[in-house]
Parts: sequence; structure tokens; C-alpha cells
Amino acid sequence: MDIDIVEVIIIPVIKILFIAHLLIIGVMAMIWSERRVSGWMQDRLGPNRVGPQGLLQPIADGIKFLFKEDIIPNHVDKPLYVLAPVMLLVPAMIIVAVVPFGSSMTIAGYEIPLQIADLNIGILYILAITSLGVYGVVIGAWASNNKYSLLGGLRSSAQMISYELTLGLAIIGVLMLSESLSLRKIAIDQGGNPWEWNFLIHFPAFLAFTTAVFAETNRLPFDLAEAEQELVAGYHTEYSSMKFAIFFMAEYMSMIVGSAVVVTLFLGGWHFFGLENIGGEGSVLAGLISFAIFFVKTGIFLFVFIWVRWTLPRFRYDQLMNFGWKFLLPVALSSIVVTGTLYITTNGNRLWIGIGNVVAAFIVVAIVAGMLAMDNNSKSAAQSTPAVAPLRGLDAVE
Amino acid sequence: MNPEMILFFIFGAVSLIGAIAVISFRHPIYSALSLIVTFFAQAGLFVILGAHFVAAVQVIVYAGAIMVLFLFVIMLLNLGTLSAKGALTGKLKGVAIILGVLFAAQGIYIAMNALKNTALQDAEAVTETVTTYKIGELLFSKYLLPFEVTSLILLAALIGVIVLVKRENQTEN
Repeated sequence: MDIDIVEVIIIPVIKILFIAHLLIIGVMAMIWSERRVSGWMQDRLGPNRVGPQGLLQPIADGIKFLFKEDIIPNHVDKPLYVLAPVMLLVPAMIIVAVVPFGSSMTIAGYEIPLQIADLNIGILYILAITSLGVYGVVIGAWASNNKYSLLGGLRSSAQMISYELTLGLAIIGVLMLSESLSLRKIAIDQGGNPWEWNFLIHFPAFLAFTTAVFAETNRLPFDLAEAEQELVAGYHTEYSSMKFAIFFMAEYMSMIVGSAVVVTLFLGGWHFFGLENIGGEGSVLAGLISFAIFFVKTGIFLFVFIWVRWTLPRFRYDQLMNFGWKFLLPVALSSIVVTGTLYITTNGNRLWIGIGNVVAAFIVVAIVAGMLAMDNNSKSAAQSTPAVAPLRGLDAVE
Repeated sequence: MNPEMILFFIFGAVSLIGAIAVISFRHPIYSALSLIVTFFAQAGLFVILGAHFVAAVQVIVYAGAIMVLFLFVIMLLNLGTLSAKGALTGKLKGVAIILGVLFAAQGIYIAMNALKNTALQDAEAVTETVTTYKIGELLFSKYLLPFEVTSLILLAALIGVIVLVKRENQTEN
């Protein structure tokens, strides 16, 4: 067996190390920019003392977390309590393995695709690993042996399971047009110009997918798992020092990876007006430029994460479930039906598919809203008391 | 020994250890988690066989969806640690032995007939080419009827669940 060691081992290891470190640096950058952007949006400064513009603040925070006493409360289930943060961090980190972060570059005769692994089931891999992320939250919540933690964990896992469906269904239209599950093929298929990208062709699916990503990463307005007014801090109430920091890092990491996936699937990957082909396809320069484009796009999307945080208030739990099951899921389903039908009837004309998707989404939302309104009317006519009395037990006592 | 063999032994060992752990842990949560480890290791075995699609589905359906429900139920019922005795006694022991023998016989039968089986040849054809593409093609041509029947059964189960839950709500009101 003659295996080229450079191609099979050295290049992948370099790529893995590069991406893993980029992710961790990205988390630090995100923590800094989240606090600075939040400050900017609320007309205050944010951290600006440690290093230039406060850039070293995350490092100071990290050192603080490391040197804090690592408390393991007496009432917890110790093995699972220790394992839970890792179970959340690892899935968040390994999803990035299939995300293409640039085109390819040729160095010393080796053509290096800027992607760790181009699986032909790339999207299924992402869905599979995302579905594992819920364990970290559930196990952490249960192992804490604290009712607030458990409530937060249950909320969060119910939310993640519900929105996972939308996450999976919303990308099926994209898969149909690309005829592939490989993320690299999907990114290449979208072409250079913004109006060729998937977010216009599958606009409702794009919105549904993005919303589901917000829900999957437990970000505002979907952070019910840690609603401090109701649940102290949710599933990580009992965690302190570095274990809490790992929960924190996992959240930011899944945000970064989620943005990268959205950029790949819907926002054209590393393409931008043909800029990615400067210096010829496959050259080092083109590879670097494509990586830079991908990096900037992901960064802009991450900014949207912060922006939404300070724009929308937190959902109530029933609103969250209604929204996920009664609006997002039908919209995602409609995009499958419409894309499939129009793909056959119009021979894959992107314009028609794009228009059809939007029209269908409007119809679906109108139907659902109408049905909900009728349901509410009949309910209020039939009974004056609310359907669910939250304190029914107390009424009985009186 | 080539790398695939090494990986096979790693994943095989992990899945066996996980399976043994499922029945040896006294706490249901630990058992459920060990089952997840087993499923995951089996997905690894599928990857070695070239069946990437099956591996992904294994993780999505079993490790991702079904086991989450298991964990939910265990947590909500707050099942404590099971005592060492009382788990397998009397009639249950007999049933367990019968089922175990049946399962072993089935396994031996499948292993002996493996090479004659046409379904297995289809599976081999699938792993030789692009897996998902070929699976889709087979599902919508040769196995169209079983595929549609399966989806109908799933749909019926889905509607059944909704009907059952609805009825409960109405009596409550």
C-alpha cells in the first residue's frame, strides 16, 4: 500500500488544527464583539479597558474562569455533571468538519480543498450531529439535581426537538435543486452573483432555517432555557468556573458554525461577484480570497445574531411552540412541495421556483392564521374560563 | 492490519462495551446513555462499510430522536436506581431465555444465508457507487411498494397518536 502521507495525514491535520483554533479564537472574538455591539446598541461603552478597545477582555475572562474554584455541589450526579458541558461542546465543534470554508488552492502540486471532509452526506451529517447537541443540555440539567435546571433543560430540549424538524425540512428544497447532499457541491452550484444564491430561490425556507438555527443555538429570542426571571439560569444554574465557561463556549461555537452553515447553504458560500476567481481557479491567491469572503459573510451573519438579540424580546413558551409547529413547519413543508412541483413542471426554472415559494409561504401562513383565529373565536364563545387554568390545584384547595 | 480493521475493532469494542453497560448499570439514565454510545459506535461500523447514509440515519433516528424520548420519560418519571434483585425473576427469566435463544438462532441463520440474499447484493451495489443517490433510485424503483407501505404505516401511526392525545384533552375539558 502506498499512501501519500502528506496528502492523507499532514494536510488534513493542518486543516483540522487551523479550523479548531480559528473556532476558539472566533469564540473569543464573538464574546468581545457581542459585548461591544450590545454596548453600542444600548448607547454605552462595553468592555474597553483590557488591551486596545478591550480586545483582551475575553482572555482575561478566560484566565478568571480557569483560576476560579471548581465547585462540584454535593447533591449532583458527579460523572454526568462533569460530562455534560463536554457533550454540548463536542457536537458544536465537529459540525464544522463538513463546512467548506473556501474553494481550493494548489500548493506544491497538491490540490487542497478548503474543507476538512467533503462527505457526500454532508447535510445529513450536520443534522445528525445537531440532534446530539440536545444531550448536553438534558444531561447537564438532570445531573444538576435542581428543579430550575431540570425545567430549563426540558424546555430547551423540547424546543430543540421541535425546531430540528424545521431545520431538516427547510433544506430539502435546496437539496432538490443541487441534486446533492454535499455542502461543497451546494456551494459551487450557487454561482458568483448574489441573485443566483439560494436565499432568493428559497426565501421562505431561508427564513425558516435561520429561525431554526437561532432556536437550536438557544439564542434570544429563543433562550427560554435560561430565562433568568423564571429559572435562575436554566440548565447551567449549578455550574461554575471552567465548566460554565465550556457551556458558554459551546453556545458561541454553535452560533459560529450555524452561521457558516447558513452561509454555505443559502448565501453562496465563498462566492462573491466572481472575486473568488482572481489569480485563476485553484491558485493560492484565489483560495485565500475565497476564504476571506466566506469569513466576512459568516461575520456579517454573526452580527445579525447580536442584532436580533437586542431587537426582539423573548418568546413565551406557548408562543414558541405555536410558532415552531404551526408556522415554521408548514412553511418548510410548503417549500418542499412547491420546489418539487415547479422543478418538474418548469424544468428547474429558478425564477418560477423563487416566486412560487414565496406565494406558497404566504398562502400557508394566511391559512394557518385564519384557522388559529377561528379556533380562538370558537373557544372564547364556548367557555368563558381559559382552557388551561395554571393554578387549578389551588382552586380546588379553596 | 489496515486502518479499516483497526477502526472496526475500536468501534466493535465500543459498541459491545456500551451494550453490556446498558444492562449492567443500575440507573436507567446511565443505561440510556450507554445505549446512545452503542448506537454511535454502530454508526461508525456503517461508515467503515461505506454505508454513510445508513450511518447518518442511524444517528439521526436512534441516537438523536428515539433516545431523547427515552431520556425524557426516564427523567419525568424520575426513576430511581433499580435494586439488584427483582429485575429478572420467575417468568421473566424464562421469557428472556426464550427470546435470547430465538435471537441467537436468527442471527446465525442470517449469517449463514448472507451470501445468497438478494437484498444484501443490492446493499453491496449501493456501497460501490454514490450511496444516497443509489438508495434513492432503489427506493423509488425496485422497492417502491415496501417504501410506500412503510410511509403509510408511519402516517397511520402519526394520526393515531394525534387522535389519542386529542380524545384525552376533550374528556379533560
